[in-house]
Amino acid sequence: MTAPAPGPTTTTFRQAYREALRDALRRDELAFLMGEDVGMYGGCFGVSTGLLEEFGPERVRDTPLSEAGFVGAGIGAALNGMHPIVEVMTVNFSLLALDQIMNNAASMLHMSGGQFNVPLVIRMTTGAGRQLAAQHSHSLEGWFGHIPGIRVLAPGTLEDARGMLWTALQDPDPVLIFENGRLYGTEGELAPDAGPVEIDHAAVRRAGTDLTLITYGGSLPRALEAAELLLADGISAEVVDLRTLRPLDTTTILASVSRTHRAVVVDEAWRTGSLSAEVSARIMEGAFYELDAPVARVCGAEVPIPYAQHLEQAALPQPEDIALAARELVQDHG
Amino acid sequence: MTSTSPVPAAPDLAEGRRLLHEMLRLRRFEERCVELYSAARIRGFMHLYIGEEAVAVGAMASLRADDAAVTTYREHGHALAKGLSARSIMAEMFGRVEGCSRGHGGSMHLFDAERRFYGGNAIVAGGLPLAVGLALGDKLRGLDRVTACYFGEGAMAEGAFHESMNLAALWSLPVVFLCENNLYAMGTALTRSESQTDLALKAAAYEVTSWAVDGMDVLACRAASRRAVDIARAGGGPCFVEYRTYRFRAHSMYDPELYRSKEEVERWKQRDPIDALDRRLTEAGYLADGERAQMETEIAGEIDDAVAYAEEGTQEPVEDLTRYVLRRASS
Repeated sequence: MTAPAPGPTTTTFRQAYREALRDALRRDELAFLMGEDVGMYGGCFGVSTGLLEEFGPERVRDTPLSEAGFVGAGIGAALNGMHPIVEVMTVNFSLLALDQIMNNAASMLHMSGGQFNVPLVIRMTTGAGRQLAAQHSHSLEGWFGHIPGIRVLAPGTLEDARGMLWTALQDPDPVLIFENGRLYGTEGELAPDAGPVEIDHAAVRRAGTDLTLITYGGSLPRALEAAELLLADGISAEVVDLRTLRPLDTTTILASVSRTHRAVVVDEAWRTGSLSAEVSARIMEGAFYELDAPVARVCGAEVPIPYAQHLEQAALPQPEDIALAARELVQDHG
Repeated sequence: MTSTSPVPAAPDLAEGRRLLHEMLRLRRFEERCVELYSAARIRGFMHLYIGEEAVAVGAMASLRADDAAVTTYREHGHALAKGLSARSIMAEMFGRVEGCSRGHGGSMHLFDAERRFYGGNAIVAGGLPLAVGLALGDKLRGLDRVTACYFGEGAMAEGAFHESMNLAALWSLPVVFLCENNLYAMGTALTRSESQTDLALKAAAYEVTSWAVDGMDVLACRAASRRAVDIARAGGGPCFVEYRTYRFRAHSMYDPELYRSKEEVERWKQRDPIDALDRRLTEAGYLADGERAQMETEIAGEIDDAVAYAEEGTQEPVEDLTRYVLRRASS
């Protein structure tokens, strides 16, 4: 008689990310974590707390405030056969390293005629909702999604928070992981044997028949909440979690829209020239004749994210906003 | 600054012949590139190293084959001196698949994994953080390799310079920062772009061993580089060397040179590093009659061969346009 498998444990995104880091540092001797305050401080958002004690300062490496310098150093170390995990505190700060990410990490393989791949992982916080105002709160992952030569991941579930890092680390190409800061403290159930997950496909997080809500990362819980609200109105919403923002899994998106015939793209990033525009365009290109209604979008307001809580919340897609857009789509195009 | 240098020791003079050959090789290669550019065989931006050969040749002579080099967009000379073949470089400039970057990079982006030549970086100071990371990788794995990082003095106004110097010094990494001070950041003179024009002093602010050397004297360049490389390899942390040199030609092929006088250029040409070494070797009896001519013949043959190789090269099939964007295709 075998013992019953241990049941799921309650954990947070923060703990799941930390466990992923610990696992990577234990299993991959080429891996090391580097960034501002990842060591003694324990990480700006507490993700790497305790790792310095376990792995030492060589492998949990505090850096000066030098985003271009240490992101570039991560690229160099990756070119030299290491598997660096570079943490940038927030996506806003990553703009200081954009030259290194775009002109070096993303371009190197092609520019060198296939000689130099960059097996680098860059993690950074994204998203608003914590009253951190206009220089700590934006959702610029869509900008990075514009760049050929990198993979862009956005975990929206505990399984992905726990499992994407390892797969990204074993990938031969640069991978950016965007951790939504609102989710760090979010609790949920995670299987004790949760481990690496694939990073190539979007996932249907909730099945439905009347329309598809397409989202990722921090907006995923809100889309799922909206689907509950819609159910009360008798509307069955499918929820697609993009998971990987580049390369986009168009197949999963089109398959869902072809089943439901309506789509709402939900993204807390700005609307203009955005990832939501890209998803919408792909639906138009690939499933135009499946659509019963124009693709709708619920996006962040086009403002620098403000500090005051009521303004900040007004700038972000809320479950009610998503549900409203979905209802209109069904009612106006029934 | 004067061109007086201490009398070199005999072994230096003996090696001097090889250094002369190498500098001539770089010079003649680029002179041919100019002709090919005029004939529209080479296109894009092309930046010539003519006048600065002593730096790359002298510095590269102090590296081991397994040491890494990170350079700039003015890197034909560095690539040749690091051991990339004239064939592979010329084919690259012709945009051929036989080129050292399969024709994807062109003049500004020469790469060679086997020779640990990491570009060819056309963002000023963009290569410096990479050099820091390459050295960090070596240090973490206990390898006694050194990374040579070349850049112009213009890079010292960029933030990446300061961040990289600080990181390398803080972590005591085996990087040698080799600053080629040719006095002009494109068309902007050093005195118009830097508040502190004593570059070694500026670098020393990071607790990095720093000094300046005559960049028109290949033996002095070699000695300085060797000292820097030895310190870095022995675990003494990074070094910074300023090579005071001069670019004889325009910044690129599109430069009317409005920012400097012909007289200034002529004055520097009097200090041509190739002529200077030739004179010293001849005077010391280390260059016999006819030896220089023999070098020229050999080099012309190598370059003719490289051009023929490039001319006969093939093009990357357009079907492979996106082949190297990611190494792993998504499932």
